[in-house]
Parts: sequence; structure tokens; C-alpha cells
Amino acid sequence: MKTDVMMRHLKDSLKSLKRNGWMSVAAVSAVTVTLLLVGIFLALLANVNRVSSQVENDVRVRVSIQKGTTDKQQAALKKELENFAEVKSVQFRSASQELDNIIGSYGKQWQTFKGDQNPLNNVFVVDTKDAKDTIKVAKKADKLKHVSEATYGGAKAKQLFKTVATIQRWGLGFTILLLFVAVFLISNTIRITILSRRTEIGVMRLVGATNAYIRWPFLLEGAWTGLFGAVLPMLIVDFGYGLVTRNAPFTVAANGFSLYPNMPFLVWIDLALAVIGMVIGALGAVVSMRRFLKI
Amino acid sequence: MIQMKNVMKKYTNGVIAIKDLSLTVDPGEFLYVIGPSGAGKSTLIKMLYHELVPTSGTIQVGKYDFSTMSDKDVPYFRRGIGIVFQDFKLLPRLTVYENIAYAMEVIEARDEDIKPRVLHVLKLVGLEQKVRRFPSELSGGEQQRVSIARAIVNAPDVVIADEPTGNLDPDTSDGIMDILERINADGTTIIMATHNRELVNARPHRLLEIAGGRLVRDEEGGSYSDED
Repeated sequence: MKTDVMMRHLKDSLKSLKRNGWMSVAAVSAVTVTLLLVGIFLALLANVNRVSSQVENDVRVRVSIQKGTTDKQQAALKKELENFAEVKSVQFRSASQELDNIIGSYGKQWQTFKGDQNPLNNVFVVDTKDAKDTIKVAKKADKLKHVSEATYGGAKAKQLFKTVATIQRWGLGFTILLLFVAVFLISNTIRITILSRRTEIGVMRLVGATNAYIRWPFLLEGAWTGLFGAVLPMLIVDFGYGLVTRNAPFTVAANGFSLYPNMPFLVWIDLALAVIGMVIGALGAVVSMRRFLKI
Repeated sequence: MIQMKNVMKKYTNGVIAIKDLSLTVDPGEFLYVIGPSGAGKSTLIKMLYHELVPTSGTIQVGKYDFSTMSDKDVPYFRRGIGIVFQDFKLLPRLTVYENIAYAMEVIEARDEDIKPRVLHVLKLVGLEQKVRRFPSELSGGEQQRVSIARAIVNAPDVVIADEPTGNLDPDTSDGIMDILERINADGTTIIMATHNRELVNARPHRLLEIAGGRLVRDEEGGSYSDED
């Protein structure tokens, strides 16, 4: 499309948004309410997924190797673990790798334990072929020589998985429902503005405007509605999430999980809200335009 | 220019508005379409700019054969014709200039081409002094002149006018006819549906009379008879 024409459409769409006054405010408010809920759910779902994968890591069997075990003895222990029929893979993680992991998840205060101060053991992380064999493998591994301790997530993990799956299912369903509601609200609001411009559309068609040309200003108007409607939810979600991450680390970390750090997570959430807003706005406009564009 | 062959239009409610109508219009002709209310004039006019499609028969306008024309072609077809309505159909929120420029904008004309062309057609209809006025600030005759300017701004081959003087007093109607005849003198085909007996009799052109959906008269320089 020519730049002239695109600029005309952009100008027209903004003018129309202004001309429709309270109607536009109503549409923007509808988007605001919906996107606020969508934003909250997005942040929640993303963190539930994160925690879920952290829990998944926890249900592996972690076989701590006694301090002072030689490399040869460690290799022999690895072989023994790999020989278990239930075991899929055995991965070695040194004590310093373990510490780095903790520093990455829970903060730099753990750096004081680096080097000789490191209280952690080398570990073998054992993946089982089937999750239900975790307990059996842990028990068997615990009895092996040079093993200080073999642990697994256990019942706590099972319960958490169930909860996570429920939150994911309901959260996703609710988010999709919200998006439908938003498209419906926007399309209805835009339909009213279109109704008031029926003569205009009629004249456009009679002087030879293509459907695409007629559609553009409405589509852009819908996208603006979505974008403006996303501003407040972005601010509220940014502020709210900041508040949660400032106050939650201790309780969450105590359970062995961590939330996404504010940056760049909030940038992605904001971007997602802006894009979702624009897409549902434009979609709402297209839906309500269909019947006015017959030749 | 225009060819209609055995055209029939039946509405979904069963009413047959046009029956077996055949017609040829050459380029540059001026044509009146007359007939009583409900005779089928508006149906005929609407079929000419593809607002209505015939139930049977064929219509060809310029290079466009309606029986083979796709929906996508319709806007491009309409760019070759100008339409003038009895109720003007101007956009109230736009100025005179903007109303006319609009017809060029929607066909994606370049900004630098729009201004000189709009000013040219405004001069042609004698409204160059009212460029910044809104339709509500104009008289009926002036609004119809804006509507004619909009119809000819894209230099169409045909101008179709549906009762263009229907809402105007005799003097103003005369002024509108002057403009349409001037446009016609420049080579544009004019098809005008009208009820205006005085105008038709005072300015004779080819006359088509429709009655009961049929073409009952096609006469060069014809006039309203006493029975009409």
C-alpha cells in the first residue's frame, strides 16, 4: 500500500476514535477490564509453569556422593546406577555447579559459600524411565556404597503437580473465555460506530472503494482501541507483579521454588498485552464489518 | 458503451420490476429515463451501477460484462461511472472540498493529484468560493452541485443521475441541467432518471419511457406527452 494511503488511514482512524467520543471510551474500558484479567492470568500461568518445571526437576532422584569419594569410585557408582532397569539417564553435577544453580535461583548472598566453603556434595541426578519408579530407585540408590543420601520430591510433588495442572487448565480456559468476551464487546461497540457511518460506507462503495480500503480505518480504529485499552492493565500488572516479587521471595524460596524476576518478564507480559489488545481490537472490528461489506 | 439484453429483475418478494428490457447506449449520449413511480426506473438505474443484479439477461457497461464480472471487479467498474442521487448523499462531517477529494482518496489517488483536480471540478460546477463550507451551510442546489462534482472528479465515462432535480425548485433544477449538459458536451454519457416534465420538454434528449417494468418508448428528442 502507498505511504500516502496508509497515512490517510492512520489519520482517519484516530479522527474517528476521537469523533466517537464516549463510544470509544466504552470500548477502551471494555478492553481494559478484560486485559487486566488476562494480564493477571498470563503472569500467573507463566509462573505456575515455571514452578511446575522446577518441581519436575525435584522429582528426579538426587544421589549425593559422600565427600572424599575418588573419581574412580564415582565412576563405579555411576555405572551401578545406570545398571538399574528403571533408570533412563544419570547425570553428574559437581558441588560447585549445584551452588551456581542455587545462586541463580535464590540470589547472590549464596556466593559466600563458593570455593572451599561450599557445603554441598557432588551429585548424580538420576532420571527414571517412569516417574512412579522414583521412590524405588531412590531407596535402592540409598543403599549403595559412597552414597550419602538419595532424595526425591515424593508425595509433596505429586500433590503440587495435580494443583499445577488444575491451575493451568482453568487459567487457560478462563483466559480464552475472556478473549472471546473482549472480541464480542469490541465488535459490538464498533458495530454501533459503523452503523452511524453506514452512509459513509455506502458512498465509499459507490465511488469505487475496495473492501480492503473501507476496512482499513475500522481495523486500525479497533487496533487503537485495543492498544489504548492495554495501557492501564500494563501499568497495574507491572506494579502488582513488582509488589508480589518484592514480598514473595522468602516464602516461595523456602519451598524451593522461585518466580520469574521482574526483568525481562514484565517486558514480555506488557508486549503480550499490547499485541493481544491490538489483535482482539482489530478482530472485533473485522467481525462487525462483515455484513456491511457486501458488494 | 452500455448494452442490456433481455434483462429481467425479480425481487425476492416475487415482484417483477423489469421485464425483458433490451437497450443500447452509445458513448456521449444524453438519456432520460422517465415513467411513473413504481415503473422500474430506479431498479434499472441501480442495475446499471451494479447495486442490483439482474435475475436474467445480460448487461455490459464499457469492458465490464456483469455476467462474468467478479465481486472483486465491482469497485474498479464503479470507478468508471459517477453517480448522482436525489438526496445528494454528501458526508455531513466533511467540507465541500473534502467531500469531493474523498472520492479520489478512496481510489487511492496521490495527494498531489487530488488538490488541482478537486479545484478544477469545483470551478466547473461554480462552487470554487465554497470550498471550506460544510453541506449543512449550503442550499439544496449547491449540495447537488457538490454531489455532481464528486461524481465527475474521477473523470468517469458515464454519469448516472437518479432524480437529480427531485428536491430542487425549477430555477435551481435548470442550473443543474446546465452543468449536466456541459459535462455531456465534453463527451461523458449521461443517464438521468427524472419526473421533471418541464425539464425534459424544454431540453430534449433521447428518452426512454418505462411502464410496468417494460420499455414502452425509446425516442430521440422525445418529450412527455399529455397522457404521461
